[in-house]
Amino acid sequence: MKNALGAVDTVLLLGGRSEIGLEIVRLLVGLGASRIVLAMREPGGPPPAVTPNVERPAGAAPPEVHVLPFDALDAASHGEVFDKAVELVGDLDVVISAFGVLGGQDAYDADPAAAMTDVAVNYGAHVSAGLHAARVLRRQGHGTLVVLSSVAGARVRRANFVYGSAKAGLDGFAQGLGDALHGTGARVLIVRPGFVIGRMTEGLTPAPLSSTPRQVALATVRALREGRASVWVPPALGPAFGLMRLLPRALWRRMPR
Amino acid sequence: MTTFLTGWGRTSPSPATVVRPRDAAEVAALVGAAPGRGLLARGLGRAYGDAAQNSGGLVLDCTGLGGWSFDEATGLVTASAGVSLHELMTALVPRGWFVPVSPGTRHVTVGGAVAADVHGKNHHRDSSFGAHLRSLTLVTADGAVRTLTPDEPLFHATVGGMGLTGVVCEATFGCVPVASSLMRVDVRRTGDLDETLAAMADDDDRHRYTVAWIDLLARGRRMGRGVLTSGDHAERGARDFAPRTLLRAPRRAPGGLLNGVSVRAFNEAWYRRAPRRASVVQGIAPFFHPLDAVEGWNRVYGPRGFVQYQFVVPFGAEKTLREIVGRLSSTGTVSFLTVLKRFGAGSSGLLSFPMPGWTLALDIPAGQRGLGRLLRGFDERVAEAGGRVYLAKDSRLRADMMARMYPGLDRWRRIRDEADPAGLFRSDLARRLGL
Repeated sequence: MKNALGAVDTVLLLGGRSEIGLEIVRLLVGLGASRIVLAMREPGGPPPAVTPNVERPAGAAPPEVHVLPFDALDAASHGEVFDKAVELVGDLDVVISAFGVLGGQDAYDADPAAAMTDVAVNYGAHVSAGLHAARVLRRQGHGTLVVLSSVAGARVRRANFVYGSAKAGLDGFAQGLGDALHGTGARVLIVRPGFVIGRMTEGLTPAPLSSTPRQVALATVRALREGRASVWVPPALGPAFGLMRLLPRALWRRMPR
Repeated sequence: MTTFLTGWGRTSPSPATVVRPRDAAEVAALVGAAPGRGLLARGLGRAYGDAAQNSGGLVLDCTGLGGWSFDEATGLVTASAGVSLHELMTALVPRGWFVPVSPGTRHVTVGGAVAADVHGKNHHRDSSFGAHLRSLTLVTADGAVRTLTPDEPLFHATVGGMGLTGVVCEATFGCVPVASSLMRVDVRRTGDLDETLAAMADDDDRHRYTVAWIDLLARGRRMGRGVLTSGDHAERGARDFAPRTLLRAPRRAPGGLLNGVSVRAFNEAWYRRAPRRASVVQGIAPFFHPLDAVEGWNRVYGPRGFVQYQFVVPFGAEKTLREIVGRLSSTGTVSFLTVLKRFGAGSSGLLSFPMPGWTLALDIPAGQRGLGRLLRGFDERVAEAGGRVYLAKDSRLRADMMARMYPGLDRWRRIRDEADPAGLFRSDLARRLGL
């Protein structure tokens, strides 16, 4: 259970190798979370380290870490992943939906089938996982689903419209789910980072107002503690995209990236 | 009906279906039909944290369990769990009797007093509520209505058991005769922590009730200065009890009213207002329950609420107490009402809080920066010193601290598991602390 000062105890990370997801988990462990479930594709070998990136509370035992197989595209198995996670650690205080793939627009143009698969991961699979999360959190009467959205979905750009349209769908879904859960005790937190410098964007030139996984994680944990419904990382992206939504399309389509 | 419940500190609201049974038979029926998320009894909601919440489950509002009787020959009261100490005092004081133990508010139910094994200003002499219990009626997980006496292990798991062994429906306990509803009170100002501790130790034998208020924001030489009040029931005088509400806190107070500046000003005024040394006569309510005169005082802390932190360390661990007071003072932690008290012998409750030693209670606005880390540091020191944190006030302790602070936990678990193998009785506190 989340305590009076906003510290959580149990975390389920969907996309157990996600850089941002793991960074959030590490911060939460540093703040006292003690039971972690990492759900990931082909969990073989040792699980990713969740060694906290801040000082653990004095005298606290190391966290208990469980690994579960999770295939985003196998929607039929999602329910079981949640049930197993609950069996392992009890009530889920935080569920982080962090899985995703980022392909280049050119590659998608050349291989529409691959585009469809990636959209299924980046959007459709989140719908299934999100609805399962909602079922569990609603029953508990508490807990937060963290959805990693992106500014790419705030206004879709021609430079990455396949990825962007999936994120737009995901963002809309998460907003609707948050409204549907209002009054149940369960909540949704939508995280909208800009360009994140990390493994997923290796080889790409960082865009203005980019951030690191750690910065995204810090903003997420602060927003979780404050019980917010959404957070832009960095915060300046919120007003920036408020304006960009108003740009005429003739201008918008000339955006270089 | 689904309702969001909080404790008195107004942090961590969680939804539950709330029903109000009228008697033990109705309670037993509800236990028999318990939903998947379990059920829990709740009284007047004076526990500060999440002890009387059951997120997503069923909560029994036990204030509907009314009715009590009193036997003047034995001084024994048998009261239903929903009867408040206020109700008992209102009827008993004019007849020349008083409850054996009264916490800082009289708006607690008998059921809650048993479940939290509450203590008061007379702990050094009279121990806690559980020590005065002769028997209690408990509806257990199998739906049976059982009468328990101190001969049975389940009795000791229920006293201080935070409602996790079943639903307390009735309790029989001894009351104390009083000649008057007035209190003879000695008030004394102390200049620093050492003087406060020495004065309290001195007063233990002389007075039935003692407590000290501490100015936590005083630093340097004045660190730990306070006002010690020690009282006894007066030998003569009127026997009436009709306390009044003097003030009502606003429905919606903004956050930040209680800050370093306002609390420092209050502390200074409160300290200066107290005589260096004087004897006064007070009524029961102003002496025992000064805060009850302000209805809804918990709302003054604003929408984020506040955290109560009460710990006890054994005698001999004064160093730990000094370190904690020093740290609170040096960090400028804003605690509006800080209270120090000496505990005597504990009761037999396996999860009861009191033990011989010093207990300090703080209340701190929940939004204060760095509070989590500060209090976790205190947990560690308190556990190391062989002390513990009070569950009825707790809202943020970690599960791994429980076993270190409560040596009776394993035994309590065995008894509870036998009485409630499926874990029907659950609370947010129990989930948070892995009870």
